[in-house]
Amino acid sequence: MSGHELALILGMTAITFLIRYAFFALGDRLAFPPLAHRALRFVPVAVLTAIIMPMVLLPDGAHWQISWHNPWLLGAGVTGVIAWRFHHLLASITGGMLVFFLFRWIAG
Amino acid sequence: MPHPRHPRRRSEIWVGARDSLPMLLGAAPFGIIFGTLAVPSGLSPFGALAMSLLVFAGSAQFIAINLLAGGAGLPVILLTTFVVNLRHALYSATLLPHVAGLRQRWRIPLAFWLTDETFAVVQQRYAAPDLSPHKHWYYLGSALAMYGNWFLCTLLGVLLGRSIPRLEHLGLEFAMAATFTGIVVPLLKGLPMLGAALAAAAVALTARGLPYKLGLVLAALAGVVIGVVLEELRGPS
Repeated sequence: MSGHELALILGMTAITFLIRYAFFALGDRLAFPPLAHRALRFVPVAVLTAIIMPMVLLPDGAHWQISWHNPWLLGAGVTGVIAWRFHHLLASITGGMLVFFLFRWIAG
Repeated sequence: MPHPRHPRRRSEIWVGARDSLPMLLGAAPFGIIFGTLAVPSGLSPFGALAMSLLVFAGSAQFIAINLLAGGAGLPVILLTTFVVNLRHALYSATLLPHVAGLRQRWRIPLAFWLTDETFAVVQQRYAAPDLSPHKHWYYLGSALAMYGNWFLCTLLGVLLGRSIPRLEHLGLEFAMAATFTGIVVPLLKGLPMLGAALAAAAVALTARGLPYKLGLVLAALAGVVIGVVLEELRGPS
């Protein structure tokens, strides 16, 4: 394990643990501001959308591919539709991956 | 009988683990995918296992290897870990009244094992009307089940990844994009949430050229700010 990898894992460990432990450790001496409470609700959507969009719209990292010939866009679209319609995470992932791999297999 | 005086504790542990079963099944594929993708993303096999054992936070781990593969710097990965995991502070604040009477030797491991899944299960147990003094053993049961499951699935994924050469060319990273899409789409309810997603997407795409994946941090920030502002404008619902 490299020094960089060790720093990454230990850093993530410390940050994650401190977040989880802060309230348990300090008890009522810590208060959660209502604004932070509300802001947190937007974090998963904001972070995940920010990760997904460049992956899906520029799969090679450099060129826009907004067309149905882009398996990433097609697969993510299918995943999104299943997730939106049926609210079933595993089904939506499986459906999207099936379309993604099928398309790549057909397209060669 | 190892604990003849405390049959309730043992049954609390067992029921906590049992009630977590749907969560275990839900987390399993992600543990396996994480283990499979971690090594092609730049972690060593040992590092992948260490991350699951020490960090024990699925979404942060996924995002970290995604950023690692994209060449992000350490500060950006750590900052993202902080932002993504901040929701756990909300969980521990919620559970605090129930653990406030416990010693630190209980509180420390229970905090370490606090995940979305365990929070969901344990919160229901604490809300149950019976006055059992052993509800933290239920928490422990759920936590241990999730922890063991996560480690074993990571291990399985790492082994699977080693047996499939040139995995990175299979396009399996799409599994990550699909996972994130499947999580986000059902959350897109109401104008503030949609606005947050659109703002994050726009900034992420515009700022994608910034070094160390700083664009991701800016995009997350923009999404959160737009979401809060839109909610504010709409007034109390």
